[in-house]
Amino acid sequence: MAVGPVAASAQFLLTATSFAALTYAFVVSDFSLRLVTLNSHSAKPMLYKITGVWGNHEGSMLLWVLIVALFGAAVAWFGSALPPSLRARVLAVQGMIGVAFFAFILFTSNPFLRLAIPPLDGQDLNPLLQDPGLAFHPPFLYLGYVGLSMTFSFAIAALIEGRVDAAWGRWVRPYTLAAWIFLTIGIALGSWWAYYELGWGGFWFWDPVENASFMPWLIAAALLHSAIVVEKRESLKSWTILLAIIAFGFSMIGAFITRSGVLTSVHAFANDPERGMFLLGITALFMMGGLTLFAARAGAMQARGVFALSSRESMLVINNVLLGVAAFVVFVGTIWPLVSELFFDRKLSVGAPFFNMAFTPFMILLGLVLPVGAMMPWKRGQIGRAMRQLAPAMVLAVAVATLAWALQSGRSALGPVGLLLATWLVAGAVIDLWTRTGRGNNRLQRLTRLPRADWGKAVAHAGFGVTIAGVAAMLAWQTEDIRVLKVGERFELSGYTFALNDVRIEQGPNYRSTFGDVQLSRGGDPIAMMQPEKRYYPVADMPTTEAAINNGFWRDVYVVIGDPQQGGGWAVRTYYKPLANWIWGGAILMALGGAISLSDRRYRVAAGARRRTVTQGVPAE
Amino acid sequence: MIRTFLLILSLLATPALAVQPDEVLEDPILEKRARDISSGLRCLVCRNENIDDSNANLARDLRLLVRERLVAGDSNDEVVDFIVARYGEYVLLRPRADGSALVLWLAGPLMLLLGIGVAVRYVRRRDRAVPEGNATLSEAEVARLNEIMKE
Repeated sequence: MAVGPVAASAQFLLTATSFAALTYAFVVSDFSLRLVTLNSHSAKPMLYKITGVWGNHEGSMLLWVLIVALFGAAVAWFGSALPPSLRARVLAVQGMIGVAFFAFILFTSNPFLRLAIPPLDGQDLNPLLQDPGLAFHPPFLYLGYVGLSMTFSFAIAALIEGRVDAAWGRWVRPYTLAAWIFLTIGIALGSWWAYYELGWGGFWFWDPVENASFMPWLIAAALLHSAIVVEKRESLKSWTILLAIIAFGFSMIGAFITRSGVLTSVHAFANDPERGMFLLGITALFMMGGLTLFAARAGAMQARGVFALSSRESMLVINNVLLGVAAFVVFVGTIWPLVSELFFDRKLSVGAPFFNMAFTPFMILLGLVLPVGAMMPWKRGQIGRAMRQLAPAMVLAVAVATLAWALQSGRSALGPVGLLLATWLVAGAVIDLWTRTGRGNNRLQRLTRLPRADWGKAVAHAGFGVTIAGVAAMLAWQTEDIRVLKVGERFELSGYTFALNDVRIEQGPNYRSTFGDVQLSRGGDPIAMMQPEKRYYPVADMPTTEAAINNGFWRDVYVVIGDPQQGGGWAVRTYYKPLANWIWGGAILMALGGAISLSDRRYRVAAGARRRTVTQGVPAE
Repeated sequence: MIRTFLLILSLLATPALAVQPDEVLEDPILEKRARDISSGLRCLVCRNENIDDSNANLARDLRLLVRERLVAGDSNDEVVDFIVARYGEYVLLRPRADGSALVLWLAGPLMLLLGIGVAVRYVRRRDRAVPEGNATLSEAEVARLNEIMKE
């Protein structure tokens, strides 16, 4: 059992060496490597030479196993407080996951294949990927996906041990939380990139590959809530184990969807049936193994906590049902085109309009229930009491929604409902924090001394509300203008005036670009000079649009320049996007809330517990 | 007028960015309807994009076709039926809830009912259960103690 930590460290160091070697090959543009030739170019800026390492299938898989090894090594380095048998089993399972993916790389996707005759220059990275937002989108997503492999390993180890207790919950929750934070950041980066890069300000397309990252996020969100119940109340044990297995299952299904090409997606990465079969095999192996073990051992997980129908525990069960069903809807919608064609011989598409309709109700329900659940005490509580405490939040939310309804005059209910939920969630989080300070004087001072877990919870829940506000406002109240504009002409949209002053053509490092100079003003006052850009990358023979965005707290103004038109002038598209930044601001708040929670004393104490004696295993809560 | 647009379109060889200025209908209400319909139709040669967002030439053809039908006086449903009759069900981004697709539409609600059922059963059982364990030590402490004793 003592070999485990050493082996895990060695695995990490060796994988890191090979990743460093591949990075070096990209940095010096070693075109004798097939991968470098296919995905790099000597004229590419250094940042994108480095990010090009994971901007392709083989390199990204190497990054994937590097992170698997890193998480294993983290348990080896910081897990000495774990019971030795549990740690050895966690490392063994993590090592098996590593082996499976190493085999995948070696047999189907070797990044180090060489070319007999190296070409003079490479074929360049897809220009759409040459962007700071997208450069760091994959590493964060992988940290999230692979972080869930850690919870899987803990779940399997616990099943082998045949016991799940509060200590186990305390060990699993930080990994789940970390994985969820990384997924949140990764998804937000991808969505933000789509917003400013694709040229019409869309931020979510319900594409199979987006769904592949969204399903683990939803399950991880459910898991990190149910792990609290295991940790604090020793209930929901077998359910939490099941969620941990499923969460990693969705991560691997995500890898399969992205890389097999069975579902057509804008992200199509490496469409190779052989790779797809291999990944499907790995997924099936781990899921069948995990679920079989679960079926055999779940009965041994005795719940110990007792709680009433109206209690925090019950509310967290509702949270889990809603998040689980939401993830299930996304899953069914994502694979349905495949199922329908295979079994019913009916070729159909499932796209954004379906998901908007089938998925949104669960998020609305979740938003409505959330503040009440957050206020409920453990074991036994009264819904009436929580509702009375939350009354100010509800009044405020209804007032804001009514105002929005009155101002928008006869449009869909989407905007007001979104603002109602958002206000309810944010105000509910504030009331939750304030209630926790107790009664009497010095409440403000006590507010700063609340456990970080309380703060993290409030910040993350408020962030969920902020994102809802952004999504609803953008979908309900965005305005748009499409027209031909000649140099010197001007027009108005939602109170803003746009004047096209000039159009210039300039040469970039590895592209040619067309700039427009658009003067943005409001009521005669100039606000900003906006420079929408259209780039052409000759090596990849591909145009990209770089929208000009004037960011504001309450709105974004978004300008895109298109092609020159017959008869003079340029196609110009402009959008007024209310509360656009709230979408990603809310995601940042959610990730921040997770991070604050992660830094809570009881996890730090758990990590440092090796120096302590028996009775101090449980810090004060 | 649309005919002229189609003529101009066929002269323009380069792919252009989504909805072009020359496609936009003069009547804002008709245009709004055209945009709504377009965002529910799949661009057949693209990867999971609707025709409203796509810059493929085929998407442009479909956008113009939608507008042509609308100008001719079709209702939204008639336009969609017309497109589906030509290009098949695959063109719809929101499948119709009939036949086997009912499974897709009912999957969420049925799963919710099932989830609530299981959850209620579980919570009821917890409600009736009798607390157990050592009264002086917390459960986590007992677990930790057992662990130490085993080593």
